[in-house]
Amino acid sequence: MADLNDGLLRLGLHDLHVALGGKMVPFAGYEMPVQYPDGVMKEHLHTRSAAGLFDVSHMGQVILRPKAGMEALKLAFEALMPVDVLGLAEGRQRYGLFTNDTGGILDDLMFTNRGDHLYVVVNAACKAADIAHMTAGMPGVSVEPVTDRALLALQGPGAQAALEALLPGVAAMKFMDHRVIGDVWVSRSGYTGEDGYEISVSDPKAEDFARKLLAQPGVAPIGLGARDSLRLEAGLCLYGHDIDTTTSPVEANLTWAIQKARKAGGAREGGFPGAARILKELAEGPERLRVGLKPEGRAPMREGVELFAPDGTPVGRVTSGGFGPSVNAPIAMGYVARSHATTGSVLEGVVRGKRLPLTVTDLPFHPTSYKR
Amino acid sequence: MKYTKDHEWLRVEGDLVVVGITEHAATQLGDVVFVELPEPDTMVAEGDEVCVIESVKAASDILAPVDGEIVAVNQKLVDNPGLVNEDPTGAAWFFKMKLDDLSVLDDLMDEDEYQELIG
Repeated sequence: MADLNDGLLRLGLHDLHVALGGKMVPFAGYEMPVQYPDGVMKEHLHTRSAAGLFDVSHMGQVILRPKAGMEALKLAFEALMPVDVLGLAEGRQRYGLFTNDTGGILDDLMFTNRGDHLYVVVNAACKAADIAHMTAGMPGVSVEPVTDRALLALQGPGAQAALEALLPGVAAMKFMDHRVIGDVWVSRSGYTGEDGYEISVSDPKAEDFARKLLAQPGVAPIGLGARDSLRLEAGLCLYGHDIDTTTSPVEANLTWAIQKARKAGGAREGGFPGAARILKELAEGPERLRVGLKPEGRAPMREGVELFAPDGTPVGRVTSGGFGPSVNAPIAMGYVARSHATTGSVLEGVVRGKRLPLTVTDLPFHPTSYKR
Repeated sequence: MKYTKDHEWLRVEGDLVVVGITEHAATQLGDVVFVELPEPDTMVAEGDEVCVIESVKAASDILAPVDGEIVAVNQKLVDNPGLVNEDPTGAAWFFKMKLDDLSVLDDLMDEDEYQELIG
């Protein structure tokens, strides 16, 4: 990846994006395709009805290699997250969260047990800090950034057939399975709410691989714009918006990511940064909660919209919002005081000086179709 | 057709002026998902924010291109905001204005000048 004059990095597949008509914009320090000629709406709907190919090579891929055995590595990684690493079987992937001493979230990530090492994928904007955090926090572990591989996501109901044509056998994988096939690393996962795969390919082979996927029936390139509306409909958090160093995993409604082993009474209770706050919130409930929000009218309520109870009391703020093409309505997520965070609770959001009604709604907005 | 630097077009229709946004503007905005129109029979001054238009990407305002009275609005855009992308210079007009003096339009850009602006 080469530096540009304006300091943005270029993806290995940059020329392919430009050739496909991608509109390139700055994102997390990279020049990224925000959309192709079809536009956000069509790209979103195409992913839900056929298959979308996303270039997510800006994300950080990292190998964690033990210096003193896998168990020591897993326990060292557990010391950074309120997550059960020890219990993750070989060939399986899991969602994780780095927490800080005050129980906030430093980043969210995916990690995979690959037998003699762990493979981790972190957010682009956080990757330098994450690598430093892992290196400092796990002295007995070799933290090895992977800098010579592209990362592609193939998402949607057509993903299985398209990838199976190139990598026979992937159809048998279940949600969050991981396989190393030759030098291609495949996980059955993604961030759209759809079935699909995330595929790590070595840089020299990435363009040919992406072109072969795009040549499969129903596969179209999809930009960051649709990636954002797809993940919002799926109720998934965007780091730096829906979760950050001030939001705890419990407030963020990510308690499903904290397995029993790390909770009170579990085999390895606590022992992660911010455990005091996080275990307290698990026991007593958080003061505020991330919820789905459905504006009643057609006006989108975007990040930053202040939320009020009908009596005028401030109760929270929208952290992600926009239009959901599959829902065909505006949708949002945000933090709301627990007293007003129950499903069906009617609030008001201030848009251009006007108070407009919205309702606390269960997430996701669009049903997920993971292959369990 | 006349144009403003804010990418609006104006077309004289009898004694009224019809206002919309250009194809260039519609393309830049991306898929339009929400349109808020002014109340008809409103007096506006040039530069007043009169419409809100939201795309999948962001919200923007449409400004009154000249002084005058808004006498009609295109309710179809509220029900079908995507019309702005489908037919920005035709069916997706936003509002009609009555001006005191149509000669103020002479100060706006013509087609060639607008093409040069966006070119």
